[in-house]
Amino acid sequence: MAEVGEFLTRTRGRGRLDWSDIFTYVYLTVGTLVMFLPVLWLVFSSFKTQAGLLRFPPDLLPYDQKSVMVEGYDQPLPLYNVTMPDGSVRQLAQVRRVGLEGQMVDPANPGEIIKVNINDREELREVRLAWENYTEPLQRFNFLIYLRNSVVVTVAATIITLLINSMAAFALAKYEFRGSTFIFLLIISTLMIPISVILVPVFLVITGIGWNNNLWGVIIPGAATPTGVFLLRQYMLTIPDELIASARIDGASEWRVYWQLIMPLSAPALAVLAIFSVMWRWNDFLWPLIVLSRSELFTLQVGLASFQGELNTPWNYVLAMTVMTLLPITLVFAVLQRFITTGIATTGMK
Amino acid sequence: MTAKPRQSPALPPERISLSARIGNLFYSIYAGAMTVVGWLAEPVQRAIGANRMAYFFVLPNLLIFGIFVLFPMLLNIYYSFTGGNNLFPQDRPFVGMQNYQRLFNCANLLDPATCSEDRFWRGFYNTAFFVVFQVGGMVILAMLTAVVLNRSVRGRSFFRSVFFYPVLLSPVVVALIWKWILQRDGLLNAFLVSIGMERVLFFLNANWAVFWVISISIWAQMGFYMLILLAGLQSIPKDMYEAADMDGANRWQSFRGITLPLLMPTLLVVLVLSVIRAVQVFDQVWVLTGGGPGTATVYVVQYIYETAFANQTRQFGMASAASVVLGMVLLVLTLLQLRAGRESDIA
Amino acid sequence: MLRKMHLVIGVMVIMALLLSACTVAAPAPAAETGGEAAATEAAAAEAPAAAGDVVELRMTWYNDGNEGEVMRDLLDRFEADNPDIKVVMDTVDYASGIQQTLPIQLEAGEGPDMARVTQLGIVSQYMLDLRPYLSDAAYWEQNFGPFLKWMQSSPDGNAIPGFMTQLTVTGPFINRTLFDQAGVAVPSDSSDQVTWQEWADAARAVAEATGTFAMAMDRSGHRLAGPAVSMGATYFDAEGYPALVGDQGFKDMAQLMVDWHADGTMVPDVWIGSAGSYQAAAPYFINGQLVFYMAGSWQVGNFNTNIADAFDWEAVPNPCGPAACTGMPGGAALVAINSTQHPEEVARVMEYLTSEDVLSEFYARTLFIPGHLGLAEQGVEFQAELPQTITSLNVFASEVGKLAPLAYDLQAYMFNTILFNANRDRLTQVFTGELTLDEAIQKMQDDIDAGIAGAQ
Repeated sequence: MAEVGEFLTRTRGRGRLDWSDIFTYVYLTVGTLVMFLPVLWLVFSSFKTQAGLLRFPPDLLPYDQKSVMVEGYDQPLPLYNVTMPDGSVRQLAQVRRVGLEGQMVDPANPGEIIKVNINDREELREVRLAWENYTEPLQRFNFLIYLRNSVVVTVAATIITLLINSMAAFALAKYEFRGSTFIFLLIISTLMIPISVILVPVFLVITGIGWNNNLWGVIIPGAATPTGVFLLRQYMLTIPDELIASARIDGASEWRVYWQLIMPLSAPALAVLAIFSVMWRWNDFLWPLIVLSRSELFTLQVGLASFQGELNTPWNYVLAMTVMTLLPITLVFAVLQRFITTGIATTGMK
Repeated sequence: MTAKPRQSPALPPERISLSARIGNLFYSIYAGAMTVVGWLAEPVQRAIGANRMAYFFVLPNLLIFGIFVLFPMLLNIYYSFTGGNNLFPQDRPFVGMQNYQRLFNCANLLDPATCSEDRFWRGFYNTAFFVVFQVGGMVILAMLTAVVLNRSVRGRSFFRSVFFYPVLLSPVVVALIWKWILQRDGLLNAFLVSIGMERVLFFLNANWAVFWVISISIWAQMGFYMLILLAGLQSIPKDMYEAADMDGANRWQSFRGITLPLLMPTLLVVLVLSVIRAVQVFDQVWVLTGGGPGTATVYVVQYIYETAFANQTRQFGMASAASVVLGMVLLVLTLLQLRAGRESDIA
Repeated sequence: MLRKMHLVIGVMVIMALLLSACTVAAPAPAAETGGEAAATEAAAAEAPAAAGDVVELRMTWYNDGNEGEVMRDLLDRFEADNPDIKVVMDTVDYASGIQQTLPIQLEAGEGPDMARVTQLGIVSQYMLDLRPYLSDAAYWEQNFGPFLKWMQSSPDGNAIPGFMTQLTVTGPFINRTLFDQAGVAVPSDSSDQVTWQEWADAARAVAEATGTFAMAMDRSGHRLAGPAVSMGATYFDAEGYPALVGDQGFKDMAQLMVDWHADGTMVPDVWIGSAGSYQAAAPYFINGQLVFYMAGSWQVGNFNTNIADAFDWEAVPNPCGPAACTGMPGGAALVAINSTQHPEEVARVMEYLTSEDVLSEFYARTLFIPGHLGLAEQGVEFQAELPQTITSLNVFASEVGKLAPLAYDLQAYMFNTILFNANRDRLTQVFTGELTLDEAIQKMQDDIDAGIAGAQ
């Protein structure tokens, strides 16, 4: 038991390797694999052709059938390894397949047609990245416009959310005023209601204001998040009142107390909310779809979903476009990861 | 974004790094913008007095909250007493308690099959099960990971990022990633076959489907709570442990006596946030299993969504009634959690 | 000093933000949202655009294949000849864009000028009758007559809201190569009337010999309807109201589905593996893992690209039951929306798109079965080379004439989606053992009653 306790509380290595160190590294290695491999697999799969996606067992790398230009034929012909009746194996290109018979030619000797049973041939495959999964759907629409709309929505919404939530949280944490309990309970009581269940009434409000097909209609409604107010208020409660009192004695106005004292001290909680907000807004799909019907206003999520049909789902495009939506947010994270994770972790969230 | 906590004038200017410069720039923007707002705020303070500035601070949030959250919710409650499939409330016939009567029309409330709206009740019980196991499993795993990462491990910031990364993925993406691994011809089955085992059709077996739905949502969200808990762990002063050490307490005792109690407020935040998200579970499962097999992974929000949108007639009244019932349950749950939190704050 | 710099930067940033916010938000609709229907009708009356102005029309679209590109191509040509009209296609995904949010936008009066839709009955109340704006309404009646009935709110209406971009017929595909490899004769080679049981037996034999799946059907009540009607299902009572309890033909077909799922004839993943939504079984067929696939004409284009010559696939006539050998008609229509401010321009676009050579090109390039009676009679020169594709398109084209009257009635029925979804989801619960077949049929009826009651 003592060992478990030691493991649970210690923060510094003691120079020797005991079971808890081994456990730590095994845990972290396995954890890294479990966290990362699935995403990596998605990225790999997004480079496979539609036929390649359907193979079982799945290939680790994206393969495609090798093909070759043969004299006398306009299109490249697919290459096969063919086991000949005498047991030898030859590389032949297939001209066409008729029933159970493949009509092949030797690329070196295009004049002669060789007929083989289709069970005697095996596809000759090579590693090839199916970039067309990316280029074909991206040609159909203006990726940069979608990207710009998504960035505008995400940035504007996050700034507004942080600002008004922190203001409200400050008031609810540090002031005694009539109705404060009521307002807090009101906000808390809506904390758990998923926004998707009030989609229709919110849409009516938007229509009443005339914000259909307007990015403000996407940005504003989700800005007053109960979660954000709750999170920030809980954090601000831990800021000592004496600090505020002394700032007031120094002659700071309430607004300056807010932005020069409270905001910097709440940085970790603000970072948490900022991450939440960016995730929500970047990934939001249904709400933008309902508010925006003009393609020049579409966000990335709405735009990239647009090739999903009624009757068919082109999985190769779905995967490629999913990677496209992942890319910007992953890049931002890669650049800012130290700031984001230490922002939450080191300053401490009491 | 605003997290630059004042500049450090102590540093000589030539040694300011690039990231500090960027930080300074952002802080300047922030400070400038705030000063501009101050031109409005300070006269207001002079007019209404310092103490009533609280109203000034809550006003913007309250306004947006009132228009886009509270009012729609009240409208939603009104919807639940109406029928038809019209959008505008004035076109909808008032039907009284009819929707609620149908919702609660059960021979036996504990057996969904006997209810008129059996999918709602299946969703209800499925959600309860999901919340208990997803939140429970996730908090334990997040705690374990935080404790591991609180040790002096090489590459700690790398591991921290790795465990955090899935948090950034949208629920739909998470579902797609795992669908590609768990389906009949997926990676996991390829692995099972290669080591000589039978293929498992994970989405055709109710128990497996529930297991994976819970595991995947733990996978996707754990990193976030891990970071919050890690922060909590690191804020515990080291000298408290040393003092306990001198008193002869063993490590397990100091974990229970120091770490856990000091971590309680953090745990409360983690618990509240994770329960909120667990109750709202929908998109991810919708893409992954669609609620199947049968109704094994149908959750309440999916029922509401389907009733309001996916079915041809868009029964907003029924969907609203279901969301009101859900809201009532959630309200009770939130208040209970807060009460528990207040008690532990005192302790 | 530092303070002053903050100030300058801050003011600049705020200005920049406001500016960019304005430019982004600017393309808001010029016409403000007043009331709903009344305002739009009034606006519709005084539509003519000032000379020299370019009228921008919005067309909400979705894609199953290349039809969006073809449509864009045709519209580009139209715009070149008609510089006063510009048509913008807003492409969305089908399930959430067309099926779920478009009706809500339409009801709020926020719809586009034209839209490609499939739930014709439910959208019909938002459709614009183009008749007053058409130069030759008789052409439309003559060529689109039977399909216009699907777009009416009331059965005796004579509105002309749009045309079928695609007529579909449900029916099975087979993988002939697998039959050949197994040495099993294809039943439809020797008989015009093959029953469902005969197909199932043959497919099972092939599957056993080749290690594949015997059968699959898309997860859809619409796909099930053709076989059910063939088995003698009546679906409606004498008053034309859905009545499934006591419908022996429907129960027989449902029982077959239950049996086929129990004994492994059907790929279980398709129906059981996804609840709550449509699911196609096409990947199994494309992958050569499936002997017999109940889908429909829309898959021909998909197979033409994704199977091509990899094996011999073909459509076969719909199997028979005691009552009929029918599939289901269906399809998507491009319709005018009644909230448009520019009905005359919409009519001009529609007239261009429905002119015989333009429409013929559209069908030929998209490999869609023509929803134009004249073109159906003459035949369309489909732009495909594969014999598999041509054969299959011909099979489906000839199936159009063999559909049972009840199949057309079902397709024209206003609330058919409620009916089909209830069939699909409740039947799945029988496969998983949550309900017995009798309980499921009772639940279907309850769902349908509640859905229809909710709509009225």
